[in-house]
Amino acid sequence: MKSKISTVFEQCKMEKRPALITYTVAGDNSKNNSLKILNSISKHADICELGFVHNCPIADGSQIQNSSYRALKNGINLKDTFDIVKKFKKNRPEKPLILMGYYNLIYQMGENLFLKNCKSSKVDGLIIVDLPWPENKKFAKKCKQKSISFIQLLSPTTTKDRIKKIINDSHDMIYYISMLSTTGGKLKVSPKKILQNYNKIRRVNPSKNLVIGFGITDKTIKSLKSANGLVVGSMLCKSITDSLKMGQNPVTKLDKVVYNLKNKIL
Amino acid sequence: MKIKKGVPLIDQHDKNFMYGGKFGGNFIPETLKKPINDLTKLFSKLRNNKNFLKERDFYFKNYVGAPTPFIKLENLTNHLGGAQIYAKVVSEANGGAHKIYNATVHCLIAKKAGKKFIVGDTGAGYAGKMLSMAARKFGLKCKIFMGAKDIKRQRPNVEAMKKNGAKIVPVTTGSQTLVDAVSECMRYWVSNCDTTHMCVGSTVGPNIFIKICAWSTAQISRELILQVKEEFGKIPKKLKLINCVGGGSSAMGFWNEFMDTNAEFIGVEAGGPTKSKLHAAPLTNNSKIGILHGAAQYVVQDKEGQIGSTESISAGLDYPGISPLHCFLKDTKRAKYTSASDEAALKAYQLVSSLENISPSLEPSHAFAEAIRIAPKLSSSEILIVDSCGDSLKDKDIIIRKIGSYSR
Repeated sequence: MKSKISTVFEQCKMEKRPALITYTVAGDNSKNNSLKILNSISKHADICELGFVHNCPIADGSQIQNSSYRALKNGINLKDTFDIVKKFKKNRPEKPLILMGYYNLIYQMGENLFLKNCKSSKVDGLIIVDLPWPENKKFAKKCKQKSISFIQLLSPTTTKDRIKKIINDSHDMIYYISMLSTTGGKLKVSPKKILQNYNKIRRVNPSKNLVIGFGITDKTIKSLKSANGLVVGSMLCKSITDSLKMGQNPVTKLDKVVYNLKNKIL
Repeated sequence: MKIKKGVPLIDQHDKNFMYGGKFGGNFIPETLKKPINDLTKLFSKLRNNKNFLKERDFYFKNYVGAPTPFIKLENLTNHLGGAQIYAKVVSEANGGAHKIYNATVHCLIAKKAGKKFIVGDTGAGYAGKMLSMAARKFGLKCKIFMGAKDIKRQRPNVEAMKKNGAKIVPVTTGSQTLVDAVSECMRYWVSNCDTTHMCVGSTVGPNIFIKICAWSTAQISRELILQVKEEFGKIPKKLKLINCVGGGSSAMGFWNEFMDTNAEFIGVEAGGPTKSKLHAAPLTNNSKIGILHGAAQYVVQDKEGQIGSTESISAGLDYPGISPLHCFLKDTKRAKYTSASDEAALKAYQLVSSLENISPSLEPSHAFAEAIRIAPKLSSSEILIVDSCGDSLKDKDIIIRKIGSYSR
């Protein structure tokens, strides 16, 4: 059976546009609101990534750190996170949901139990920031057995030989990190250059769904729209921070932001 | 799990860079894979290169000031009765602590790699001070990440870093101590790994940083084993080497050359204030294995895997994790680990400073606390050697606040 993630990419290809992928943090700015945000932005987004929080995130910039901090302060834990996913998927069963986070939480729960929880809450994919290839081979295989996509990451520093091997071991989606940066860094490479690298990778296996993330905002998203998919994360986390500062409702604010993002790539 | 004889401890990992199949590894973002692989290749070439070793030895001798003194603490020994107490006065090294070895080697490597910038983390400020010193010496631009709380409590070292021309980046996230400084430094490296060399300040982090650091501080025991043989004619039968452990860099260096001998190793972690439940002693308190800063290790954490808060009077030991090498030494029972409280460390500082010509900083004061505790119970045929790996001057403010006066 085709995965929900693959189906979405096929549809977007037919519509000749990239998939819009959002990233928000479970529990930000509250457990309830993070579910409401998912429900609302998924009207516009094609795939939703949800961060499960770790308090020592070595690859996240300040925006996502702020969101994680708020979520932890609200007492978010893995049980709540799976709960949010379960409720979201009940509401939107066809919308792919990808959990993203750091390996220690999986390690503490145990890989098998973690995957069991993913399965029962209907998680479609996993991005584990600090479990690179080839160390992730065994876990990626376990994911595949459970029909959960393990999403491999590629970066501008990934060597050619390594790119081939990683793509070979990849599932329904591959994530290309646009530049040398933590999440939410300012785009310090021109979109043209990013797409050049991107297309080089695409040529290795054009049938794979390759998305670009890191540094993408409403200002830059249009210039990258030839990609299979585009991830916006830090900008959404910042929008929550801003809305809280202004006394606005983060749910309606994010709905607007994601709606605008979508319009820029149609 | 077993330690192999005749093989350097740092090389006793499997193909995934795990020690004993459980500790270490490279849990890193994809972006760091290549810079870490490049550094791994470069280091393995350099450590087998005679010219590089000559260069290292030259700077250790003429810049760091090797060998550092090995002295008997006659007054302390007489005062306590029991075991003979010695100290390896590593704080006599240039800059006042063992961190100079790692800093010097990293700067030499950065030069070989053609990097013009170097960044590092620091807790007590020693790693940062030494890196800024060495960076200046070798013509590298230097940035130091330091927790805002540590900037306040280790002022003398902060001043030194500034004098050396380093840019200090205050880290205001999380606990604002070493753990966050290391995270922030790694984040910076993720963003700048094409132009910048990173120095991790202790035997923690991705495998290559553990290796470089332990390889560098091994100078301490290379000197000590000769000094011990000269003093006793051979390695004494009943010998205990006592060292504080935070990340574990000085202990690794202090023990390395004695690995295949009968010497006993005692590592002393930071037990925190007596009245507090918080500590920085994952080995003593049987913390579970977790992933921190790219490596699997025993680490203070909650059930879910969120890294726990720590508390210690000593900024240098105030770290929730511990080197995978020490985890390996613990599980193979090659070393024993215990902890000393803030109060015991302060008392040890006072006693040693008043009786002897040395004045240990709060980090080695933890090791002295253990020596002071066990010495009276041991016979005079037992030899205790304590690594006095830092000088108390940097802790002047804390000591005055805690006990009202400071003497050195």
